Amino acid sequence: MIDYLEEILSTLKKNKLRTIMTGFSVAWGIFMLIILLGSGNGLQNGMEFNFRNIAKNAIQVWPGRTSENFEGLGKGRRVQFTNEDYDLIKRDLPGIKDITGRLRLMSDVAITYNDEYANYTVTCVMPEFINIRLMEVVKGRFINHIDIKENRKVITLSQYIVDMLFKDIDPIGKYVKVGGIYFKVVGVLENPSYKQSKAAIIPITTGQKVFNGANRISSLAITTTSNTAEGNKRIEDEIKAFLAKRHKFSASDDEALYVTNTLEDFKRSQGIFNGIRMFVWIIGIMTIIAGIVGVSNIMIILVKERTKEIGIRKALGATPWSVISLVLSESLFITAFAGLVGMLTGMGLLHIASVVLSNIAEYNDKIQFIFFNPSANFGVAISATILLVIAGLLAGFVPARKAAGIKPIEALHDE
Amino acid sequence: MSDSIIRVKALHKSYTNGNNSLHVLKGIDMDIRKGELVSIMGSSGSGKSTLLNVLGILDNYDEGSYYLDNILISKMNETKAAQYRNKYIGFVFQSFNLISFKNAMENVALPLYYQKVSRKKRNNIALEYLERMGLRDRAYHLPSELSGGQKQRIAIARALISKPKIILADEPTGALDSQTSSEVVEILKEVNQTGIAIIIVTHENEVANQTQRIIRLRDGVIESSKINSAFDIEHIKST
Repeated sequence: MIDYLEEILSTLKKNKLRTIMTGFSVAWGIFMLIILLGSGNGLQNGMEFNFRNIAKNAIQVWPGRTSENFEGLGKGRRVQFTNEDYDLIKRDLPGIKDITGRLRLMSDVAITYNDEYANYTVTCVMPEFINIRLMEVVKGRFINHIDIKENRKVITLSQYIVDMLFKDIDPIGKYVKVGGIYFKVVGVLENPSYKQSKAAIIPITTGQKVFNGANRISSLAITTTSNTAEGNKRIEDEIKAFLAKRHKFSASDDEALYVTNTLEDFKRSQGIFNGIRMFVWIIGIMTIIAGIVGVSNIMIILVKERTKEIGIRKALGATPWSVISLVLSESLFITAFAGLVGMLTGMGLLHIASVVLSNIAEYNDKIQFIFFNPSANFGVAISATILLVIAGLLAGFVPARKAAGIKPIEALHDE
Repeated sequence: MSDSIIRVKALHKSYTNGNNSLHVLKGIDMDIRKGELVSIMGSSGSGKSTLLNVLGILDNYDEGSYYLDNILISKMNETKAAQYRNKYIGFVFQSFNLISFKNAMENVALPLYYQKVSRKKRNNIALEYLERMGLRDRAYHLPSELSGGQKQRIAIARALISKPKIILADEPTGALDSQTSSEVVEILKEVNQTGIAIIIVTHENEVANQTQRIIRLRDGVIESSKINSAFDIEHIKST
């Protein structure tokens, strides 16, 4: 084995410059492939980062204004959701897993603790909210159904607000004034996508009573029992039809409701990235093909130059297989080595980029929504390696055949 | 006869080039005994190189038979041919044909590489043979650093290392001056004394006169095959 390598290395050492130039195109091809795939991953991770704080199959509905006349009623009417919508959807529509109404108060409210205060938007929800808009409960608990039933004045705050108002003091169990009314802090939250989110969340029933919400709801948020795009689309359509019927507007009225279907958005983005990834592979492979042709070319020339040597070897007892494997292993060696260099350089660059990005993210975490953790994963490295081996064999094929066909007599009299 | 190392009967060979066919060997009958020292002479175009190629299993023949150590050498595949060459035949060429980027020792050891002998072992054996040729101190020199005579001696060492049954030498002194030529012929004679049959193709009478038998080729047939009387006298003188 070592013997073999010795043979190969001595030949390659003879023509160092030529070997390097040949290998360059393969190294370049692999390098480009890795960089492109890694960047693609980075973009995709950034995209998926956007979806971190929401359940994958969430559907959210906001009311708008009708734009069509319907059943004698004019256009321009405001649609208003109520508790009844919530109850009926929850009870009657199939495929609903978690549902919450969300009441957002008209204007920001002052939240005060001792001498610290600031204005924040207060959101009033059902306990299921946390299954839909995913949040982490860092301390204490989220609001629960007992809070709802008893209309308790409890509040959960995001870490950002807690740091502002309480500094280092543990907020759990303390009382804050919300718009002049005392609420007990029962939990601290964190948004996995956005560290600096300012969330102040109270039970929806309490909110409706205390802040004059009557039975109004600003929006509905739902997760479904389906994990397919088609299933979710169907449920979305059912919800739209239901609300259209209840609030008397045409189901085809695009401005009466605003719907975001998270799964649809997610799948679309994934589709784009799958497309990008396939494109990158095609480009990468084509570049590598160019590299292979380069290696093959050089090897053919090398074989021609070594006609005499190969003739001597044959006269001394080299079988055709021995000659073929000599040529093939040389081309395999060049390709593999060059590819390895390309791969390591590419991955090194990606790693540096990753580190730089993490540092930027410390200061400006918006970058994580665009480009995040660009890395070519292990699977890619393996695929690239297999590709290289095949490439090396292909590159050596034609030159090897030429070498095997050299007739010793002709070679030996080749002056 | 069983003590023939080479037996050739009615050998014909033609080179076909498109429409043209050149009949080069037109019925060769030849018998070389074990341990014989034979020279083959002939002018250009007589077919002596072709005959040597056939004997060296470097080329096929069209008609007749060629037995090497009682084995019929016929149209065999390249792999088998290579194995036979490696086992039975040693080559010495006019232009030495050493591999330029390998040193003397590696060149000599090369036939053993194709016998799958380990590197250390075959290099050691190569050094022994270089010692016998008086070139041990040049073991790590490249061919470009050696004189013609030294290169030919290395080639002979290489031809011997696989312990072949015959050595085929194609104009071995063609590229050497007269002094070096005599040295090389002496070495070949010594090698022959150890029992290896040697066939030398040459156009130099001085070389041919040092062999046991001289076969003359003309227009593709053997014109004559004479025992060299001078050799016998030499031989008797040395014993």
